[in-house]
Amino acid sequence: MKVELQNITKIFPSRNKKSNEMVVAVNDFTFTVPDGKLIGLLGPSGCGKSTTLYMISGLQKPTSGKIFFGEDDVTELPPEKRGIGLVFQNYALYPHMTVKQNILFPLQNLKGVDKLSKEQMLDRVDEVSKLVQLEQYLDRKPSEMSGGQQQRVAIARALVKMPRVLLLDEPLSNLDARLRLQTREEIRRIQRETGITTIFVTHDQEEAMSISDMIVVMKLGVIQQVGEPQEVYDNPVNLFVSKFLGTPPINVFNGHIRSGKLYIGEEVIADAKDVSDKEVYVGIRPEGFIVDPNGKLTCNLESREVMGRDVSIVSNHPESANPIVRSIVDSESPIDVDAQTIKYNIKKTKMFVFDKETEERIFLEGDKLPYHLTQYVQEKESVNSKSSEESTQEENS
Amino acid sequence: MVDSKNSWKAWLYLAPALVLLLVFTVWPIVNTLRMAFLEDYSGLMEKGGAVFNFGIGNFLKVIQYQRFLNCLKTTALLCVLTVPVSTVLALLISVALNSIKGLQKVLQTIFFLPYVTNSIAIGMVFAAMFNIVGSFLGSENELIVTAGIINNVIEFFGGSHVNWINVGSTYAANIFVMVVYIVWKALPFKILILLGGLQSINKQYYDAAKVDGTSKSRILTRITVPLLSPMIAYVVITSFINGFKEYTSIVGIFGENMGPADDKGRLNTMVGFIYDALSSNNQGRASAAALILFAIILVVTLINLQVSKKRVHY
Repeated sequence: MKVELQNITKIFPSRNKKSNEMVVAVNDFTFTVPDGKLIGLLGPSGCGKSTTLYMISGLQKPTSGKIFFGEDDVTELPPEKRGIGLVFQNYALYPHMTVKQNILFPLQNLKGVDKLSKEQMLDRVDEVSKLVQLEQYLDRKPSEMSGGQQQRVAIARALVKMPRVLLLDEPLSNLDARLRLQTREEIRRIQRETGITTIFVTHDQEEAMSISDMIVVMKLGVIQQVGEPQEVYDNPVNLFVSKFLGTPPINVFNGHIRSGKLYIGEEVIADAKDVSDKEVYVGIRPEGFIVDPNGKLTCNLESREVMGRDVSIVSNHPESANPIVRSIVDSESPIDVDAQTIKYNIKKTKMFVFDKETEERIFLEGDKLPYHLTQYVQEKESVNSKSSEESTQEENS
Repeated sequence: MVDSKNSWKAWLYLAPALVLLLVFTVWPIVNTLRMAFLEDYSGLMEKGGAVFNFGIGNFLKVIQYQRFLNCLKTTALLCVLTVPVSTVLALLISVALNSIKGLQKVLQTIFFLPYVTNSIAIGMVFAAMFNIVGSFLGSENELIVTAGIINNVIEFFGGSHVNWINVGSTYAANIFVMVVYIVWKALPFKILILLGGLQSINKQYYDAAKVDGTSKSRILTRITVPLLSPMIAYVVITSFINGFKEYTSIVGIFGENMGPADDKGRLNTMVGFIYDALSSNNQGRASAAALILFAIILVVTLINLQVSKKRVHY
């Protein structure tokens, strides 16, 4: 089932009655989720990703805009008529019911033509509990299960009525690190096996990148970038997206473009033909550094952290926007630990230049531009001319 | 831990509370036990030098009194009738209160008012509502000044007035008035407890139920009531205990007669019986009755706990 969001906007009235300041949680959100895909809505807390999910579920109504499931306009439909399964952040399993009763509950609500016989219901429960591998726990109460098992019960309860769309709100945030890895694979497997269009919300970029077919990066209620995880990582359209994706995070330097050359400090890093002189940010992924005694960028060496396969070098640079510059290089790189400085060459594909004022990407000659990204950039540019002033204001506040 | 050298300090700090407890709680309990097992004990006669035999005579006498059995019957009847009615009503009202937004605070205050109002005063108001003022009731020259608000309402809808609490009223009518009064008086506390419980239920359960298309009645019976069951159990147990201690409500409506003028003591309760025995210098019998009341409350509470173990979830 394809899910289409058209210009969805959600405005919450102000909590404080005296001020009339309204909160725009989601702003003009337009996006189509292809059928049968796993989509991650990604962003820092307060970016409107959960609100978007709840609007798709029907628990919240958009202030304006339309939502389609396939060809059906569901904007005005209540949640129970949309055919969705929703997994809550803290699962919301009924504590007084056993696992079996919890999973049966949605089926027992069905009325009229959808009504199932007892055997049919039990068959469904069997089927779905096999899918989430909970067969032996059916008679337990939620309180007698681990977080990961509860999570699977919640997914089973959402899946048992065969929803058209499965929605997961921060599905992994209540699990410990090991379970998180395991459960995210589990979610991926269940989604593959059922083929249900699945949308999940997360603030953890690693989580989103590792299992999603596509990610939607949001900030302050506005979509920043949409695409396959690798593509978004390799080609961020603005400073926010580049900073939000990747661990360790991207290194950001203050730079400038003077007569067709990109400088960090006094060092020329790259050519920047056809770009007018301006102040810029230069983002370099940790894996984008190559140690080279004749390199272009000189940093003050602080320490070296050996991680086996790779070596992580901690250094600093007067023009760095982050307190340290962290690079991850091949363990065979020639590093003189006693030296005061270290010189790097930069991999072009791992370096992104952003306008200092708008924080939008400046594409240099030779930067890869996938076809649909080109389109996206063009769209952005037309919108930017209007909204760039607003967004910089928000940034400053 | 306080080391033994300094333990006298601990005792010193505990002393005020311990002394008060010993004098006003522990000693009366011990004394009640003593008096209950001294046959025909009377404080006045003891001062006069009388000696009493040790035995269970007081208990045997008390349970053979028709008056005591009547008190027991009235008390039990009031309990059995008022506890379920008031609990169900309180549940419905608190669910309704919890689901509205605008006037919640105002209505909450209104529902809580009976709790902070003097029960004798409320009793007098209720008595006035049910009271028939006039004379010659039931005779040829029947003269009624006012039949009370309740009877006025009944007559407005075409019924004939009922003699609720006056001379010649039936036991059933008296009990009905008491049930209405006790339920009304018991509501605020229960609503307070249940509303508190409702507000602490995670809203996501209701969101989950909504997504699954659960009907309102199913949400109430399958989600709200089970999640509220610890509070409901608490409310039922405390109201049984309070019900067995019922006394002031009867005084509030019928005065110290504990019944209509032509049948005094008809609506007397267990506590009323104990009070009467005390004031007629029969402390032995009063103590025995008090212990019986204690035993009944204990048994009922244990049964309640046993039942709630099966019914109260998580």
